[in-house]
Amino acid sequence: MKTNDVILQFTAKIVFFMIFFYAVHIFFAGHYTPGGGFVGGLVTASAIVLLIIAFDIKTVQSIIPINYIYLVAVGLIIAGATAAFSMIMGKPFFTHYFDYFNLPILGKTSLHTAALFDLGVYLVVVGVTMTIIQTIGEDE
Amino acid sequence: MKETILLIALTLFMVAIAILLYRVIMGPSMPDRAIALDTIGVNLISAIAIVSILLKTKAFLEAILILGILAFIGTIAFSKYIERGVIVERKGDS
Repeated sequence: MKTNDVILQFTAKIVFFMIFFYAVHIFFAGHYTPGGGFVGGLVTASAIVLLIIAFDIKTVQSIIPINYIYLVAVGLIIAGATAAFSMIMGKPFFTHYFDYFNLPILGKTSLHTAALFDLGVYLVVVGVTMTIIQTIGEDE
Repeated sequence: MKETILLIALTLFMVAIAILLYRVIMGPSMPDRAIALDTIGVNLISAIAIVSILLKTKAFLEAILILGILAFIGTIAFSKYIERGVIVERKGDS
Protein backbone atom coordinates (compact mmCIF):
# COMPACT_ATOMS: atom_id res chain seq x y z
CA MET A 1 0.00 0.00 0.00
CA LYS A 2 1.51 3.29 -1.08
CA THR A 3 0.75 6.13 1.27
CA ASN A 4 1.25 9.79 0.49
CA ASP A 5 1.57 12.27 3.36
CA VAL A 6 2.03 15.50 1.42
CA ILE A 7 0.01 17.61 3.89
CA LEU A 8 2.11 16.46 6.83
CA GLN A 9 5.39 17.11 5.01
CA PHE A 10 4.33 20.57 3.77
CA THR A 11 3.10 21.52 7.26
CA ALA A 12 6.32 20.27 8.84
CA LYS A 13 8.44 22.37 6.46
CA ILE A 14 6.71 25.58 7.61
CA VAL A 15 6.15 24.76 11.29
CA PHE A 16 9.81 23.72 11.70
CA PHE A 17 10.99 27.31 11.18
CA MET A 18 8.30 28.72 13.51
CA ILE A 19 9.32 26.34 16.31
CA PHE A 20 13.05 26.91 15.70
CA PHE A 21 12.85 30.71 15.80
CA TYR A 22 10.62 30.50 18.90
CA ALA A 23 13.35 28.35 20.51
CA VAL A 24 15.95 31.01 19.63
CA HIS A 25 13.67 33.64 21.20
CA ILE A 26 13.31 31.55 24.38
CA PHE A 27 17.10 31.12 24.52
CA PHE A 28 17.91 34.83 24.24
CA ALA A 29 15.04 36.00 26.48
CA GLY A 30 16.06 33.66 29.29
CA HIS A 31 17.84 36.35 31.31
CA TYR A 32 14.78 38.50 32.00
CA THR A 33 11.74 36.26 31.33
CA PRO A 34 11.04 32.51 31.79
CA GLY A 35 13.11 30.32 29.51
CA GLY A 36 16.80 29.78 29.01
CA GLY A 37 19.19 27.23 27.61
CA PHE A 38 17.42 24.08 28.79
CA VAL A 39 13.93 24.86 27.46
CA GLY A 40 15.36 26.37 24.28
CA GLY A 41 17.37 23.22 23.63
CA LEU A 42 14.37 20.99 24.21
CA VAL A 43 12.15 23.03 21.86
CA THR A 44 14.89 22.96 19.18
CA ALA A 45 15.14 19.18 19.59
CA SER A 46 11.36 18.88 19.26
CA ALA A 47 11.51 20.86 15.99
CA ILE A 48 14.07 18.39 14.62
CA VAL A 49 11.91 15.51 15.90
CA LEU A 50 9.01 16.94 13.91
CA LEU A 51 11.17 16.77 10.77
CA ILE A 52 12.20 13.20 11.62
CA ILE A 53 8.55 12.16 12.04
CA ALA A 54 7.41 13.86 8.83
CA PHE A 55 10.32 12.59 6.71
CA ASP A 56 12.77 9.83 7.62
CA ILE A 57 16.07 9.66 9.44
CA LYS A 58 18.34 9.56 6.37
CA THR A 59 16.75 12.66 4.83
CA VAL A 60 17.04 14.64 8.06
CA GLN A 61 20.70 13.63 8.41
CA SER A 62 21.37 14.93 4.91
CA ILE A 63 19.47 18.18 5.67
CA ILE A 64 21.21 18.77 9.04
CA PRO A 65 24.65 17.08 8.70
CA ILE A 66 25.65 17.23 12.37
CA ASN A 67 27.06 14.43 14.49
CA TYR A 68 25.19 15.15 17.73
CA ILE A 69 27.79 13.48 19.95
CA TYR A 70 30.31 16.11 18.83
CA LEU A 71 27.66 18.76 19.61
CA VAL A 72 27.62 17.56 23.25
CA ALA A 73 31.42 17.82 23.38
CA VAL A 74 31.41 21.35 21.91
CA GLY A 75 28.77 22.45 24.43
CA LEU A 76 30.74 21.05 27.36
CA ILE A 77 33.91 22.77 26.12
CA ILE A 78 32.12 26.13 25.78
CA ALA A 79 30.59 25.89 29.27
CA GLY A 80 33.87 24.79 30.84
CA ALA A 81 35.90 27.46 29.05
CA THR A 82 33.47 30.16 30.20
CA ALA A 83 33.86 28.98 33.79
CA ALA A 84 37.65 28.66 33.50
CA PHE A 85 38.14 32.09 31.86
CA SER A 86 37.68 33.85 35.22
CA MET A 87 40.40 31.65 36.76
CA ILE A 88 42.86 32.90 34.13
CA MET A 89 41.91 36.48 35.04
CA GLY A 90 42.67 35.82 38.72
CA LYS A 91 39.08 35.68 39.99
CA PRO A 92 37.30 32.67 41.57
CA PHE A 93 35.86 29.89 39.39
CA PHE A 94 32.57 30.79 37.62
CA THR A 95 32.91 34.56 38.11
CA HIS A 96 30.84 36.22 35.39
CA TYR A 97 31.37 39.59 33.73
CA PHE A 98 28.93 41.96 32.09
CA ASP A 99 29.07 45.37 30.50
CA TYR A 100 27.04 47.67 28.28
CA PHE A 101 27.93 48.02 24.62
CA ASN A 102 26.65 50.19 21.79
CA LEU A 103 25.93 47.77 18.97
CA PRO A 104 25.36 49.18 15.44
CA ILE A 105 21.69 48.20 14.95
CA LEU A 106 20.48 47.04 18.37
CA GLY A 107 21.62 50.14 20.29
CA LYS A 108 22.63 49.98 23.96
CA THR A 109 22.79 46.30 24.94
CA SER A 110 24.05 44.53 28.05
CA LEU A 111 26.21 41.56 27.13
CA HIS A 112 26.79 38.97 29.85
CA THR A 113 29.11 35.97 29.88
CA ALA A 114 26.30 33.90 31.46
CA ALA A 115 24.83 33.80 27.92
CA LEU A 116 27.93 31.90 26.77
CA PHE A 117 27.45 29.37 29.57
CA ASP A 118 23.79 29.10 28.54
CA LEU A 119 24.92 28.44 24.95
CA GLY A 120 26.89 25.46 26.25
CA VAL A 121 23.82 24.16 28.10
CA TYR A 122 21.75 24.63 24.93
CA LEU A 123 24.16 22.62 22.76
CA VAL A 124 24.45 19.82 25.33
CA VAL A 125 20.64 19.51 25.67
CA VAL A 126 20.12 19.42 21.87
CA GLY A 127 22.92 16.89 21.43
CA VAL A 128 21.81 14.53 24.19
CA THR A 129 18.14 14.56 23.16
CA MET A 130 18.88 13.98 19.47
CA THR A 131 21.42 11.25 20.26
CA ILE A 132 18.84 9.37 22.36
CA ILE A 133 16.11 9.69 19.72
CA GLN A 134 18.37 8.75 16.79
CA THR A 135 19.84 5.76 18.63
CA ILE A 136 16.40 4.40 19.49
CA GLY A 137 14.97 5.19 16.04
CA GLU A 138 17.78 3.54 14.06
CA ASP A 139 17.36 0.25 15.89
CA GLU A 140 16.25 -2.43 13.47
CA MET B 1 -17.43 39.70 39.36
CA LYS B 2 -14.71 39.08 36.78
CA GLU B 3 -13.09 36.55 39.09
CA THR B 4 -16.36 34.66 39.46
CA ILE B 5 -16.75 34.41 35.69
CA LEU B 6 -13.18 33.16 35.33
CA LEU B 7 -13.67 30.57 38.07
CA ILE B 8 -16.87 29.33 36.40
CA ALA B 9 -15.00 29.00 33.08
CA LEU B 10 -12.17 27.14 34.81
CA THR B 11 -14.66 24.73 36.36
CA LEU B 12 -16.25 24.12 32.98
CA PHE B 13 -12.84 23.35 31.47
CA MET B 14 -12.21 20.86 34.28
CA VAL B 15 -15.58 19.21 33.57
CA ALA B 16 -14.65 18.97 29.87
CA ILE B 17 -11.30 17.37 30.73
CA ALA B 18 -13.08 14.87 33.01
CA ILE B 19 -15.48 13.92 30.20
CA LEU B 20 -12.53 13.55 27.79
CA LEU B 21 -10.74 11.38 30.35
CA TYR B 22 -13.74 9.03 30.17
CA ARG B 23 -13.19 8.82 26.40
CA VAL B 24 -9.46 8.13 26.91
CA ILE B 25 -10.16 5.26 29.31
CA MET B 26 -13.27 3.72 27.72
CA GLY B 27 -12.63 4.62 24.07
CA PRO B 28 -13.35 1.63 21.83
CA SER B 29 -10.54 2.31 19.33
CA MET B 30 -7.07 3.88 19.38
CA PRO B 31 -7.89 6.97 17.20
CA ASP B 32 -10.58 7.89 19.76
CA ARG B 33 -7.94 7.96 22.47
CA ALA B 34 -5.47 9.98 20.35
CA ILE B 35 -8.07 12.65 19.53
CA ALA B 36 -9.21 12.77 23.17
CA LEU B 37 -5.60 13.33 24.32
CA ASP B 38 -5.16 16.13 21.74
CA THR B 39 -8.34 17.81 22.97
CA ILE B 40 -7.18 17.49 26.57
CA GLY B 41 -4.03 19.37 25.53
CA VAL B 42 -6.06 22.20 23.99
CA ASN B 43 -8.27 22.42 27.09
CA LEU B 44 -5.16 22.57 29.30
CA ILE B 45 -3.87 25.49 27.21
CA SER B 46 -7.14 27.35 27.82
CA ALA B 47 -7.04 26.55 31.53
CA ILE B 48 -3.48 27.88 31.82
CA ALA B 49 -4.57 31.09 30.07
CA ILE B 50 -7.41 31.59 32.56
CA VAL B 51 -5.10 30.88 35.51
CA SER B 52 -2.63 33.44 34.20
CA ILE B 53 -5.44 36.02 34.06
CA LEU B 54 -6.46 35.11 37.63
CA LEU B 55 -2.90 35.48 38.92
CA LYS B 56 -2.36 38.71 36.89
CA THR B 57 0.94 37.54 35.39
CA LYS B 58 2.44 37.13 31.92
CA ALA B 59 4.89 34.41 32.96
CA PHE B 60 2.72 31.54 31.68
CA LEU B 61 2.49 32.64 28.04
CA GLU B 62 5.65 30.72 27.10
CA ALA B 63 4.21 27.61 28.79
CA ILE B 64 1.07 28.00 26.66
CA LEU B 65 3.08 28.13 23.40
CA ILE B 66 5.32 25.21 24.37
CA LEU B 67 2.30 23.11 25.38
CA GLY B 68 0.74 23.84 21.98
CA ILE B 69 3.92 22.71 20.18
CA LEU B 70 4.19 19.54 22.27
CA ALA B 71 0.50 18.63 21.81
CA PHE B 72 0.91 19.03 18.03
CA ILE B 73 4.04 16.85 17.84
CA GLY B 74 2.58 14.24 20.20
CA THR B 75 -0.61 13.94 18.18
CA ILE B 76 1.39 13.56 14.94
CA ALA B 77 3.55 10.84 16.54
CA PHE B 78 0.46 8.98 17.80
CA SER B 79 -1.29 9.13 14.44
CA LYS B 80 1.82 8.01 12.56
CA TYR B 81 2.17 5.06 14.93
CA ILE B 82 -1.49 4.12 14.42
CA GLU B 83 -1.23 4.37 10.61
CA ARG B 84 2.25 2.91 9.91
CA GLY B 85 3.14 0.98 13.07
CA VAL B 86 6.46 2.85 13.27
CA ILE B 87 7.21 6.44 14.31
CA VAL B 88 10.79 6.96 13.02
CA GLU B 89 11.36 5.53 9.58
CA ARG B 90 14.90 4.60 8.71
CA LYS B 91 14.81 5.07 4.95
CA GLY B 92 12.30 6.90 2.77
CA ASP B 93 10.96 4.41 0.25
CA SER B 94 7.35 5.60 0.26
